[in-house]
Amino acid sequence: MFDTFILILDSTVRLSTPLLLACLAGLYSERAGVVDIGLEGKMLGAAFGAGAVGYLTGNAWAGLLAGIAVSIGLALIHGFASITNRGNQIVSGVAINFLAAGLTALLGQTWFRQGGRTPPLPEGGRFENIELPFAEAMRDVPLIGQIYSELLSGHNILVYIAFAAVPITWWVLFRTRFGLRLRAVGENPAAVDTAGISVIWLRYRAVIVCGMLCGVAGSYLSIAQSSGFITNMTAGKGFIALAALIFAKWQPLNAMLACLLFGFLDAVAIRLQGQELPGIGEVPVQFFQALPYILTVILLAGFIGKAIPPKAAGVPYTKERT
Amino acid sequence: MNKPIPNSQLDAAAPVAIELRNINKRFGPVHANKDIDLVVRKGSIHGIIGENGAGKSTLMSILYGFYHADEGDILIDGQKVSIADSKAAISLGIGMVHQHFMLVDNFSVLENVVLGAEESARLAGGLDRARTELKRLEDEYELRVDPDALIQDLPVGLQQRVEILKALFRGADVLILDEPTGVLTPAEADHLFKILNVLKEEGKTVLLITHKLREIMAVTDTVSVMRRGEMVATKHTADTNMSELAELMVGRNVLLNVDKQPARPREKVLVVEGLNVTDSRGVRVVKDVSFDVKAGEIVGIAGVSGNGQTELMETIAGIRRATSGTLQIDGERIDLAKAAPSPAEMRDKNLAHVPEDRHRMGLVTSFAEYENAILGYHNAPEYSKGWLLDIAAIKQTAQAEIEKYDIRPPDPLLKTANFSGGNQQKIVLAREMERDPTVLLVGQPTRGVDIGAIEFIHKRLIEMRDAGKGILLVSVELDEIRSLADRILVMFDGNVVGERSPDADESELGLLMAGVDGDVT
Repeated sequence: MFDTFILILDSTVRLSTPLLLACLAGLYSERAGVVDIGLEGKMLGAAFGAGAVGYLTGNAWAGLLAGIAVSIGLALIHGFASITNRGNQIVSGVAINFLAAGLTALLGQTWFRQGGRTPPLPEGGRFENIELPFAEAMRDVPLIGQIYSELLSGHNILVYIAFAAVPITWWVLFRTRFGLRLRAVGENPAAVDTAGISVIWLRYRAVIVCGMLCGVAGSYLSIAQSSGFITNMTAGKGFIALAALIFAKWQPLNAMLACLLFGFLDAVAIRLQGQELPGIGEVPVQFFQALPYILTVILLAGFIGKAIPPKAAGVPYTKERT
Repeated sequence: MNKPIPNSQLDAAAPVAIELRNINKRFGPVHANKDIDLVVRKGSIHGIIGENGAGKSTLMSILYGFYHADEGDILIDGQKVSIADSKAAISLGIGMVHQHFMLVDNFSVLENVVLGAEESARLAGGLDRARTELKRLEDEYELRVDPDALIQDLPVGLQQRVEILKALFRGADVLILDEPTGVLTPAEADHLFKILNVLKEEGKTVLLITHKLREIMAVTDTVSVMRRGEMVATKHTADTNMSELAELMVGRNVLLNVDKQPARPREKVLVVEGLNVTDSRGVRVVKDVSFDVKAGEIVGIAGVSGNGQTELMETIAGIRRATSGTLQIDGERIDLAKAAPSPAEMRDKNLAHVPEDRHRMGLVTSFAEYENAILGYHNAPEYSKGWLLDIAAIKQTAQAEIEKYDIRPPDPLLKTANFSGGNQQKIVLAREMERDPTVLLVGQPTRGVDIGAIEFIHKRLIEMRDAGKGILLVSVELDEIRSLADRILVMFDGNVVGERSPDADESELGLLMAGVDGDVT
């Protein structure tokens, strides 16, 4: 029983990782006042870029860089539309999702002729799991040993990066000049402008950070969690991350907890597939697959109190005529 | 309180802190600043006065680098400078307290003060030093405020103090305050004036932007008057007085002659009693206002704009909520605080409203003329066929109004934005007047309208009056009020401070508008 539980938690960590990275990406963007519904598209683009380059070079790090580059490119399109040209941020984000979904399938088919997939990664093209020191030796120690060797050890580097990004994000937001300005520009861009800081450049930097983290999230899917890109492999994770962001009230630590919760549900769903539950019988797989979405709706419908977004989120900044 | 502050630094020998030469700024067709020249001497409090929309804020925004002048030079301490953005202005020692505070509500006072002036990429040590510096400034200028309080928890008076501290923290030598007392209680305003005098004693130069004459007289050394984008005069405060300034602000217009017979007022059609209105910032903008309008008369409300006229009109029209007061219309008594009717319900009670700002409230400028011709009356049975609009009937109405009001070009399908200001105003007037109202509220009927249209609009208003309608007219043009109204109520600071006949002496009305010698104080 305990073993099963550890296993579920272990896969919770794996499943939460892309959500968490995307969620933090959205946090930077929205804290700066740029609503980003295009997390999904950026992840997908990055997953394809990483998968393709990972396959071609056989180097996971090159794949990661390619994923990040693709994602930043998409982020800059969003920035150009919504910051420079003051376009509607939702429309721009939706466009990026469509663009990514279409382009990855098209380019995948054209380049690799495998129905939109990239071929399986060669040796070295994928991030391997890292055994933490003494993990093998600790395996037999009850409880602590199991937690250490099963839960904490044996993940790939991107998982550790994702969880390290939580305190780093908190520190950046609340302990640095960049963070102070970032939060200010999402609340009252006019205050930032009159303080002599460029609103546009600040928001661009936030969007670029968002692109980087989305790039890591997407790369994780194709060159760490799996071995290669599959058409539409993000499967709505970007939207779940967005829900988690609201659920977390735009706070880094809450974001981690929210993503872990959604990851946990996912893990339980996989675990319970095809199993008989006492007294209920076999629960359809679809129910568990739908559970994160149902929970999101219920939680957002009022169980977590009012989620107050950054005041200027979604509003393009224009110097007002007085 | 009219005692000007003695100042020995006012002689021409005192160094010039700021000089503006030939500043021009246009926003599309609006010439917001026209050939502005201004000299502000070091260590003085210089007032800039003018009505709302006279171009004061635009001028100061140019000085603060928020806007760029189309033409003109700015000299700081005798040096020609170019102020590309607010950062440049700050580094030249200019600080600005905006009319709408530029503060982040969920940040602490300290965070707001350091924003943009942080020492280094990491906040930690810099924040502590900023705290010490803030404490020093608080002591030096007697500007006490808790550095850890969140802005959203502070009253507006303290928020303003934070804005002043923000400017001082950045080393401002020149402090611009844009309408600083608009949101303050009288006691808070008095305290602000004390602060300004302390700043002056410390050698800072203060630019005070306001439309309130009292403040100019109470605190400034010199004053410049702006009207419609132009700088019309600069005077030593000690050498001028309120009525002269009021005259300069409003400007003397040629009295337009309106042909009219004496009014024959009949029964009361609109009675307002004990009306109080508080705006969204919690400031009382209409205070205990009571008056009535009779059928067959025009009651004019005079006053410098921003003294509660707009809010009064909007409340009667059902757009704004009152905190207390009653309204009697169409023989029905309504409690405006408890059972405030919607604008549509007011319209059903035969009250028509020509709003002051036709672009914001009177028209949907992207709609065709015929659509605007029935806006607000679109539910009336004559414009409907079942639950569909009767487009043919609507166009017929629009066409009739176009002819009657000589709206040009006479095309009901034309987008309203493509009509000139005067014709847009006529579209609104036609819509409201042709619905046969009992009471007509008219705000600024001829703002931005050319002379020919003004004459026509005035004639129509008199015709309406003679047809037995009760008309309440708000205008900042004193001459317009004097030539149209049968009775004049003067509003100042939310109060109706007096009622005069239109034959009253202009300077007497001017003083009332300036809040001097009112019946109520």
